[in-house]
Amino acid sequence: MSELTYKPFQASDYKSAQAVRWCPGCGDHFLLNSLHKAMANIGIPPHQIAVISGIGCSSRLPYYMNTYGFHTIHGRGAAIASGLKVANPKLSVWQITGDGDCLAIGGNHFIHSIRRNMDLNIVLVNNQVYGLTKGQYSPTSNRGYVCKSAPYGTVEDPFRPAELTFGARGTFFARTVDVDSPVAVEVLTAAAKHKGASVVEVLENCIIFNDGTHSAVSKKEGRAKNAIVLQHGKPMIFGENNEKGLILDGMNLKVVNLGENGVTEKDILIHDETTIDFTLHLKLATMPFPEFPIALGVIRSVKAPTYDEEITVQIKDVQAKNPTRSLKDYLMKGEIWEVK
Amino acid sequence: MAEQVKKDNQDNIVIRFSGDSGDGMQLAGTLFANISAMSGNDISTFPDFPSEIRAPQGTLSGVSGYQVHIGPKVYTPGDKTDVLIAMNPAALKINVKNLKNSSVVVIDTDSFTKKDLEKALFSTSNPFEELGIGNISVIEAPIGSMVKESLTNSGLEGKDVLRCKNMFALGLSCWLFDRPLNLAESLIRTKFAKKPIVAEANIKVLHDGYNFGANTHASVPTYHIATSTKEKGFYTDVDGNTATAYGLIAAAEKAGMELFLGSYPITPATDILQELAKHKALGVKTMQMEDEIAGICSAIGASFAGSLAATNTSGPGLALKSEAIGLAVMAELPIVIIDVQRGGPSTGLPTKSEQTDLMQALYGRNGESPVAVVAAKSPTDCFDAAFWASKIAVEHMTPVILLTDGYIANGSGAFKIPELENYPSIQPHYIKKDQQNWKPYTRNEETKVRYWATPGTEGFQHRIGGLEKDYTTSIISTDPANHQLMVETRQEKINAIANFIPIIDIQGDANADVLIVGWGGTYGHLLSAVNEMNENGKKTAFAHFSFISPLPKNTEEILRKYKKIIVCEQNLGQFAGYLRMKIHGLPIYQYNEVTGQPFLVSELVKYFTKIMEE
Repeated sequence: MSELTYKPFQASDYKSAQAVRWCPGCGDHFLLNSLHKAMANIGIPPHQIAVISGIGCSSRLPYYMNTYGFHTIHGRGAAIASGLKVANPKLSVWQITGDGDCLAIGGNHFIHSIRRNMDLNIVLVNNQVYGLTKGQYSPTSNRGYVCKSAPYGTVEDPFRPAELTFGARGTFFARTVDVDSPVAVEVLTAAAKHKGASVVEVLENCIIFNDGTHSAVSKKEGRAKNAIVLQHGKPMIFGENNEKGLILDGMNLKVVNLGENGVTEKDILIHDETTIDFTLHLKLATMPFPEFPIALGVIRSVKAPTYDEEITVQIKDVQAKNPTRSLKDYLMKGEIWEVK
Repeated sequence: MAEQVKKDNQDNIVIRFSGDSGDGMQLAGTLFANISAMSGNDISTFPDFPSEIRAPQGTLSGVSGYQVHIGPKVYTPGDKTDVLIAMNPAALKINVKNLKNSSVVVIDTDSFTKKDLEKALFSTSNPFEELGIGNISVIEAPIGSMVKESLTNSGLEGKDVLRCKNMFALGLSCWLFDRPLNLAESLIRTKFAKKPIVAEANIKVLHDGYNFGANTHASVPTYHIATSTKEKGFYTDVDGNTATAYGLIAAAEKAGMELFLGSYPITPATDILQELAKHKALGVKTMQMEDEIAGICSAIGASFAGSLAATNTSGPGLALKSEAIGLAVMAELPIVIIDVQRGGPSTGLPTKSEQTDLMQALYGRNGESPVAVVAAKSPTDCFDAAFWASKIAVEHMTPVILLTDGYIANGSGAFKIPELENYPSIQPHYIKKDQQNWKPYTRNEETKVRYWATPGTEGFQHRIGGLEKDYTTSIISTDPANHQLMVETRQEKINAIANFIPIIDIQGDANADVLIVGWGGTYGHLLSAVNEMNENGKKTAFAHFSFISPLPKNTEEILRKYKKIIVCEQNLGQFAGYLRMKIHGLPIYQYNEVTGQPFLVSELVKYFTKIMEE
């Protein structure tokens, strides 16, 4: 995007005129506002942005954007966004997807677009339930979750989006909550600036079918001790009075109290989002609550070649060596004979 | 050198190269076809190979064949063979049913040992007697040992030496058909440009084969084939899949668009992906996606971006793509979906050919979901069909399904290098720069085509999607009357395409009482059968459909003229049923064959005659 010069935009420049129709109190409202703000932050003109979605509550989001938008079919947003990005790499392409859309029916496209490091901003809205079909468990619902399609509780373990992302060689993973606007705007902005597949997991509440699922971090009271906001180059400190921190104890992370047992800020881990090895990123992203805090912020952001850029470069390289530009020229250089 | 006996008045000749799937028969056949085309013949070819990559050597299931039909006027690869090259007993056994009386069979005697005969399930030591074929000329050549002898000190060893056996067969065929060896030599040098030792060994063996014929078999008739009366110009040899790829490239060039193919490998459609992946110099973008659904979805994304977008597949893949096709119908985005039909259902017969996906193409989606459907009639016609499919897609903002089949996809013909200036223009239905009050579903009220605004265009940001939209405001709508209107509008848009495509014309004898109707890849066989009927005084008319949805404007007018209509297709009557639904009360008879093999002209003539005389 660097070759374009941008004039300043307001969040309102990215809002469409369409009336928003999510349930009152739904986290999607919050996400939409954060997205408007992040886009204004980045300053890409609305006509240079395309927002692609699949099916589900959150997938209605493109209708509320004053950008180009395409509300597609269940699970396939990543594949459609990939084709769009390759066809026009100049566009800023966003995929809005839910836990069912992305990780159940769309799981294959999700992992492969990450593996290709397609320059997409994938916003994964995770409320751990199917909302639009009225309350069935999703691939991120916890074992034992009781709902209409599992009245005696589920007997399966959930996916953890970060594990899939890293397993597919993901270059960017961030997490935010659906109430914490500054962090959300910050990670969405970072995702847009990252070249490659950026996955932003938004821990979101479904007020109707899964109310309070992320209450440990979604409520202001308690968030400071239940969550840690990771920042590149900064020590991993959290707690109501910044009194806790994370250290490495052998191969494992450990929560420590600053000032106890001689622990000082120097002992605390410094967050490095850029390490190629994802071992620590994975540990941070999958820390079990409540023994550990839930990690928010940009957990991983590493540089790697992107598919869309590579295919553009490949075409340029071939064209530099091969002057043929029309089908007829190509055919006339092949095995031909003349009928006179 | 013995003098060759020329067989007089030899119009058309069918030769079949047959052997183990590792014997290089496809290469020998392709080279022979190219040499013949360069010598001025019409050609039509039919590769017939097993779906196993390497079945057990010498067995019946491992036989791979390549049939070439040459002559002054050729429309099919031919029903039966005049010359059979059988590299082993299994090849002889598999092909014996298609031998003409008095045909010539070349065998490699080194591969006709007791063990070889047993592998091909012969129980005696005389395969010809056992198969009950008497009236043929057999050329017995110890190909294996002669090739070994010839290539001592050639620089090749072991298996690499025996890989040259196919060139012996080719050389012998060149002698039989009076083909100059210099054409074969240059083709071999091009083919093995990076391996000069292999090239020279192959050329040496090619000469050995030719000399073997000249020195030892003067008594076998050789053939002189009349040249064709083709239009002047430059020609190349293409198979249907390659021609399809070229047609897409040509359409993109004509329209001034970028070409994008989203794909997933599937037999027999993969060659289209492989061909287009080569053409980076022409700016073609291809993506091999993670599955069939991603193949079409990436193309839909590219279409949204403003590319000429296509996806290629075969029947099972088309089934997987159906939901996404519905999205393109609803979003009214152009996309070309190429279905290279194969034997079905399910995995079916992957390397064999059928026309059984017609109903799937027309109706295989949820909801009222009309698309345009076009069918290619021959390997070289795949070019025009792909060009037209692209033109319809971007001018009418609709998915277009292009039906080809395994037979024309792998078969080849002489292809006149097209002059694109003689092709119709392609004008994508873009928004006008000064367009006022534009909404995504604002239409040309005559054609019902919406105006296309592509991302990146300032001031035209918009949202589309799979949900029903309001006719006027283009926002989501569940209003009953609006849905009725939109359903009808999408159908009218497809119907209106009939005003922009060629009308159907009648071949054969237009004044006949009997009309033969076909569509797609059966064209060559049907035309040959119709010509034979008329040559024998049995008046027969012929209408072949390339445009199926919508049908050409004059379809009903034409069909009403005939007392008997015989609809011929490689399914159980899908086009016949479609015609009955569209036009009531037609006197339709059906010729249906679903064997995975091309029609036989002789069988068609027999059936036409029977219906005519009923």
